[in-house]
Order: sequence, then C-alpha cells, then structure tokens
Amino acid sequence: MADTSTPDVVHHTYDVLVIGAGGAGLRAAIEARMRGKRVAILSKSLFGKAHTVMAEGGIAASMGNANPRDNWEVHYRDTMRGGKFLNNWRMAELHAKEAPQRVWELETYGALFDRTPEGKISQRNFGGHQFPRLAHVGDRTGLELIRTLQQKIVSLQQEDHARTGDYESDLKVFHEFTVTELFKEGDRIAGAFGYRRPTGEYLCFHAPAVVLATGGIGKSFKVTSNSWEYTGDGHALALRAGARLINMEFVQFHPTGMVWPPSVKGILVTESVRGDGGVLKNSEGERFMFRYIPDVFREQYATSEDEGDRWYDDADNNRRPPELLPRDEVARAINNEVKEGRGSPAGGVYLDIASRRTTEFIRKRLPSMYHQFKELADVDITTEPMEVGPTCHYVMGGVEVDPDTASTVVPGLFAAGEVAGGMHGSNRLGGNSLSDLLVFGCRAGAGAADYLDGLAGVPAVTDEAVDAALAESEKPFSVRGEENAYTLHQELQQTMNDLVGIIRRADEMEMALKRLAELRDRIPRVGVTGGRAYNPGWHLAMDLRNMLVVSQCIAMAALERQESRGGHTRDDYPAMDENWRRELLNCSLVEGPEGPQVELAHQPQPAMRSDLFDLFELDELKKYYTGDELGGHRADQGV
Amino acid sequence: MGYRAKFEVWRGDSSGEGALQPFDVDVEEGEVVLDIVHRLQATQAGDLAVRWNCKAGKCGSCSAEVNGRPRLMCMTRMSTFEENETITITPLRTFPVIRDLVTDVDFNYVKAREVPSFAPPEGVAPGEYRMSQVDVDRPQEFRKCIECYLCQNTCHVVRDHEDNKPEFAGPRYLMRIAELDMHPLDVRNRKEDAQEEHGLGYCNITKCCTEVCPEHIKITDNALIPMKERVVDRKYDPLVWLGKKIFKREELEQREATGQRSLDDAGPENGSPLPADSIGPVGS
Repeated sequence: MADTSTPDVVHHTYDVLVIGAGGAGLRAAIEARMRGKRVAILSKSLFGKAHTVMAEGGIAASMGNANPRDNWEVHYRDTMRGGKFLNNWRMAELHAKEAPQRVWELETYGALFDRTPEGKISQRNFGGHQFPRLAHVGDRTGLELIRTLQQKIVSLQQEDHARTGDYESDLKVFHEFTVTELFKEGDRIAGAFGYRRPTGEYLCFHAPAVVLATGGIGKSFKVTSNSWEYTGDGHALALRAGARLINMEFVQFHPTGMVWPPSVKGILVTESVRGDGGVLKNSEGERFMFRYIPDVFREQYATSEDEGDRWYDDADNNRRPPELLPRDEVARAINNEVKEGRGSPAGGVYLDIASRRTTEFIRKRLPSMYHQFKELADVDITTEPMEVGPTCHYVMGGVEVDPDTASTVVPGLFAAGEVAGGMHGSNRLGGNSLSDLLVFGCRAGAGAADYLDGLAGVPAVTDEAVDAALAESEKPFSVRGEENAYTLHQELQQTMNDLVGIIRRADEMEMALKRLAELRDRIPRVGVTGGRAYNPGWHLAMDLRNMLVVSQCIAMAALERQESRGGHTRDDYPAMDENWRRELLNCSLVEGPEGPQVELAHQPQPAMRSDLFDLFELDELKKYYTGDELGGHRADQGV
Repeated sequence: MGYRAKFEVWRGDSSGEGALQPFDVDVEEGEVVLDIVHRLQATQAGDLAVRWNCKAGKCGSCSAEVNGRPRLMCMTRMSTFEENETITITPLRTFPVIRDLVTDVDFNYVKAREVPSFAPPEGVAPGEYRMSQVDVDRPQEFRKCIECYLCQNTCHVVRDHEDNKPEFAGPRYLMRIAELDMHPLDVRNRKEDAQEEHGLGYCNITKCCTEVCPEHIKITDNALIPMKERVVDRKYDPLVWLGKKIFKREELEQREATGQRSLDDAGPENGSPLPADSIGPVGS
C-alpha cells in the first residue's frame, strides 16, 4: 500500500513508470500496457511536445518499397559503417531486423506516411544508407510519429474507459512532471520521486519497473539543435541509481546550424543547401573549403572553384566541390576558420546560395529553408547569405543496456532511445534515430513486463528515501541567492561548447574539467525566488546538477579516448586507431570523500557474432579491425 | 542595433489575481518575443513562468497573446514592432491561468480523448495497408497540426462562452474528426459524431481559427466546411451539390497545375474494404 506518512507528498502505485513521452517512452508504455501492466507516463513537457517532433527526415526501415534489394542485412551493414564499427552489434542487428514491423504497425495506429505509386509507404534516400530507406511525411516525420503514438495511447485509454469507466485506470499520463530521484530497495528499483511543474506538488511513485526514455543532453552545449528538455535527466538518474553510461565521448555535431540571429542559434540548416549549390565563405569572402581537403579524399574532390561548379551539372566528368566533404570534415573546417579570426560576427561562417542560384530555383528546391530563415531570422536566403556553424545534435552515448530486454545492471531499470547507449557506436546515421526509438521502446516495454512477471515480492520505498528526495528538491529555496541558475547554465554551456566541442584537445578538456569542478561547487549555492508553482528558476536549479554530471562524463571520456572516430575528433590524435575500436569507456558514480564522483573505466567491446561478421568483406573489416581479430572471417576459413 | 524596449507582462496565479508588470529590457537584432521573455527570466524575474520547448515553431508550446493577438512567441519577431511601442504579453484567454503566461490546457486533452480513435480495417495485416497519395493528401494537411491550441483559444464559441465548453470540441478536434473521416482506411462513420457529440453545429465558419494557425492549415475551408457538407450529404441539398461541383472543378485545375492525378482516375487499389464513395475525398 502507498505510504502516506510524509504529509507533503502524494503517493501513487503503478506497475511500470515510463519517464519521458517521446517516441521511445510512448512505444514502451504502449507495449507494457498491452501486456497487461498498469503504466504511468511521466513527461517533463506537455503530452505530445517531446523532442521527437523536431525530427524531419524519416524513419529508417528496410521495407524495400523503393528498392526491393534492400533488406535488414544491408541496413545492418550501413549502420555499423556509420558507427565506425563501435556499435553494439546485437542492438544494430535487432534494430535492422525489427524496424519494418515497427513502422508498419504505426499504420494500424493511424499514421499517414507519404506513398509510392503502388500505394505503399514511400522511402527516401539519406546519407549513409545504400538504398532509399526512410519512411517519411514530407519534412515533418517526427511530428507524425509522436502524434500517432499519442493517439494510440488515447485509443488504449478509450478501451480502458469502456471496461472500467475510467480513461486513466490502466494508463495515465502525468504531464509537466519532472522526476528528480529514483528509489531502490537493496539493488532493485522501487519507485521514483518528482514534482508537478504547474503546482510544485511532490509525488512519490511506487513501482518496481522504470523505463528511462528521457532523450539527450544537448542543453549542456551553447549551440544545439536540441530543445529545452534535453538536460540529460535520464543519464543522470541512471548514474545515481547505480547504472553505467557508455560511449559518452561521442556527440554528434552537425556542421551547419543557424548561428544568427541569437533567437535561432543551433537550428539545423539542411545539407541540401550545399547539395544544391550553396558554398561556404569566411569573413574575407574566401571559399575556404578548398584549403581543407584531407589527403584521403584528394582524389574525389575538386581543387578549383571552376571544377567544383561544373560538378553540379556534370558529375561524371568533374569532382565534387569540397563543401560536400563528410560532415566532420566540414565542421572541423568551419571551426578552424572561426578560431583563426575569419568567422562571421556571430561566430560562424557564411553559407551563400543567394549569389549562385536564382530566386526561383531556391524557392522551389529549398522551400522549408526559405520559410525557416524568413520566419525565424528575417533573412531572405534568395538575397543574403546565411550564417552557419556546427551545432550539437545528438549524443551517441548513454545508459548501457542489454540489447534484447533494454534492461540495465540495476534490476527493474530499463532505458530506450537516445538516453540508451551502444546502438549507434561512434556516429549515428540520419533516420536511424526514429527507428531506434520504436524498436527499443517496444523492447523496453516488453522487458519491463517480463521482469514484473518474474518478480518475487515488490520492493518498497522507505520513508527516509522520500524525505531525502524531498529535502534535496527543497534546498534551492533555503539558499539565499548567491548564485543565479541562468548564469551558471550559460557558463556550463560555454565551457562545453568551447572546450569539449566539435574539435577536442587534451589541454582544453583538462581546463573544462577544472571549470566543471568549480561549477560543481557553485551549483549547490543557487538560490531561487518565488514559490514552487511553475517556477522556471527552481526547475533550472534542479536540472543543472544533471547537466553537470553528464558534462563531466563527456569530458572525462573524451579526454581518455586518444583517437578520432565518428563524433569524437581529437586535434592531438587525429587518426582512427583500430586498437581503440575494441575499447569502450564507461562512466559510473562512486561515493568519494566529497560526495559522489564520476569514475571512468575501460571495458572490452564484445566480438561480433560470426554470421554477422561474415556479412562484410574482409577488405572492409581490415580498415577497422586489428589483424588478430580477423581470423574468424569466412574468407580465412579455407573454403 | 540593440535598443531598450518597454514590455508589459501579465503576472498572476491560478487564483485569477494578477496584473500587468512593466519591464524595460534590452532587445538585440533578430530576436523574437520568446527571447525577450527568456532575458527577463535571466536578468529581472527568475520565476517568470512561460511554457516553451523547441523554440523553432515545431512543438506548439509557447502560445500566448501578444498585443492581444494569439501567437507563438518563438515565431513573433521583435522587428515587427516599433521600437517605441509597448509590447503586452498575456496568457491565452480561453484557458485557466496556472501562473503568469502559462495556462492550463487540459481542456484540449479531454476533448482529444472524446474523439473515437482510428478504426483500422479488419483483416488487413500490418505492412499490407495500401493508400494512394492523392487520398492521403487531405488528411495529411490536418496532421501538420502542432497542437498549439491557438485555434481553440481564438474560437469565439468557447473564448467568450465558458458554458459552451462541454458541448464543443473546438476547431482542432473537429478537424481531427474530419481527418479521420478522410482517412482512406478508417472504417467508422463519423458524420453523426461530429454534429451530435462534438458540436460541429456551433461553428459558423468565421475562419478565426484559420487566421491564427501557425501551420497555415485551412481549418475552416478544408476540414470544417467539408465536414458540415458531409453531415447534410444524406439529404439532397442543392447548395451543397453546387458547392461540390465548383470545388471539384477548382481541384482538378489545381491538380493539373501541380502534376497530380485527376480525381477521376481510379488510382491504385488501396486495400480498403469500404466502397469507393465512402473513402474518397468530398466530390469524388
């Protein structure tokens, strides 16, 4: 029974708590509910506003509607290549195999994807995918995904209403609710604690299974395409509950985000601008990318502006312009131009299509970009250049999970979606995020239900734990305003952006860790004004500790990994090192003399199952693997 | 190019007590109203309540009334105001205030739950759904909705008449019914639903909802009027008949211009077990 001994806290009891209401959380909740569990969804924002709505391109799934040669094996290979073979291969396998089913079932929930002439789901091309593979709805696929899942939740609530007379008897959404702490009894999860944003009221949930589906960490960086919620809450909750984070050094930066005006800093500018003729220029008007063609690409890229310009009309007889180098190369070049003082006033470079294409062409080919700049920035991209720079986009790292059940090392704790780590290795392919949410959201819901079926006795939440969580949340009210939460947040973002950003160096990351340690001392001194009801200053004060610990994990792992791979680029170790492919870095929280400290450890990457290994040609594997790892390949087994 | 602007922001709580609080605040070039609210939070009013998420016009969270006009604050540029103009921000008027600029929009979630969900066709397995693009175009327009509730807020049926709220779903959810009615594979008859359960009859097509829609969805013309037509469709109505003829001709011209298939083309088999006249768009 719910313990009511703490008067200021309202208690609820559920089978499964799902923290987060994006694609992964909603899919997990649907699965757990359909397996007969009573489920509460705890959502930091309003129901239906999750960051998933920001996804544009599509959902990668090898349905083979556009090209019948596509299948899960091709998708698997593409995913592993994209992640530079650091991916958890079992996750990549499950993802590639199950994505089509997860997309098709969305249609039974009412989703309306764009269609092929045969009436099937249309699929589009995307970077790194060998065949057209992304199910999409124009450029608003994420919105379609979230709305479809939201409406499926409602549909299940209607079924419950017909049976019990109560829409919320078996599946309830607590929206604008922030979880601040997880509870355990012994090793096992027992519940969660948090507050209702509108009222500031504290709630304690008694539940033996918790699914983390809180998304990413982008708000630790100054320039990001991520929305307000992305403060690493799930990453931090998992750490504090005793779970491990892996691959935290891998953060994806997209080379072209908007940087000016400030109101839109970080919003993505599609690669199609460059694909359709846009060029990058520095403050001196120089098309600087020609100075940044690395040796390995020298054969494939144009060395003069004339040749690059001819490529758009005659790709067979000319080489590509260097604006179309891989994303990490372009991001690195932009970063260097700005560092050397040739940036634009707002700290980016210029992306110019206005001087190169007609107004009609731009408006026809890039309607959403035209609209985005016109509405948000008052910039007419048909007459003026855009200002762009790298923007923090996605974290590959996250909570370490068992691929099949999405369970963590903490019994009763599960994680799915961006908050989970491993699936994407060192770099995620476009389109693989939405499919990840569905595949592993579903598996997490099923994993939680199975865990409950095998559970002997329900772990209990103690009064002491509730009192401690309550006291922690109340702290900012008793501190008398020495530090301002908004100021500290800006300093944290500046530190991560400048020192652990797109290009990293040992001395800078050491400096970042020093500044983070200082922030760690200052955050407890943040005071807030006003009451508990919808008080953003208070909320930020609580979010700061999550952003801090996640930032420490990123900086420590990034300092440790002495190579460049995917979303981790070291100025001082610019090459990929096959020995590092076998190494994963994990972060955990250990009790130290001054409270809990992040501890970094190495762990080996499990060897790929032989039938999956054999899906690749030996020559390709040689680029990534050490010689002694290649022995088991089919080519070596003397046919 | 920064300047100092005068703002008046409504501050108050769920008791309904509150007042406009004046602020002088810096404005930098290129900013939107939400940037200014954030600056107020960071520098002058740390507890100023505002709801926002993406700040890119995609999530529909930051709805408020700016100088009395229902707007997304993230999509309202400061350059649209005079520098000496006092800018007033108040919460959505139709919904109860939680605090400052944040309102309780749960009315919308209650209404959403009252609309019967998508009713999938029986015997069609996942992966076997077939629909032609021409048939999904119309419901897809409505699925662009970001649920900012500006249409719900501005619709005078509920904005000025609290007592209509129980009977009236509002434009967003009447549009949802239209969307499901136009879904090529939905098997539920929704015409009586709209009129009798959700208050379609209250709508007198003043198009206020369409005017405030940040997604530029033609809520009135493409969802509400066709839904009204469908409700009366069972009886012969010469005006509706004439309207449909005109609509069809315009649509055909538009389709020719955009290279889309004519409505008269049978199109590929879409797998629906329903007769063609109950799955096609109005006028087919």
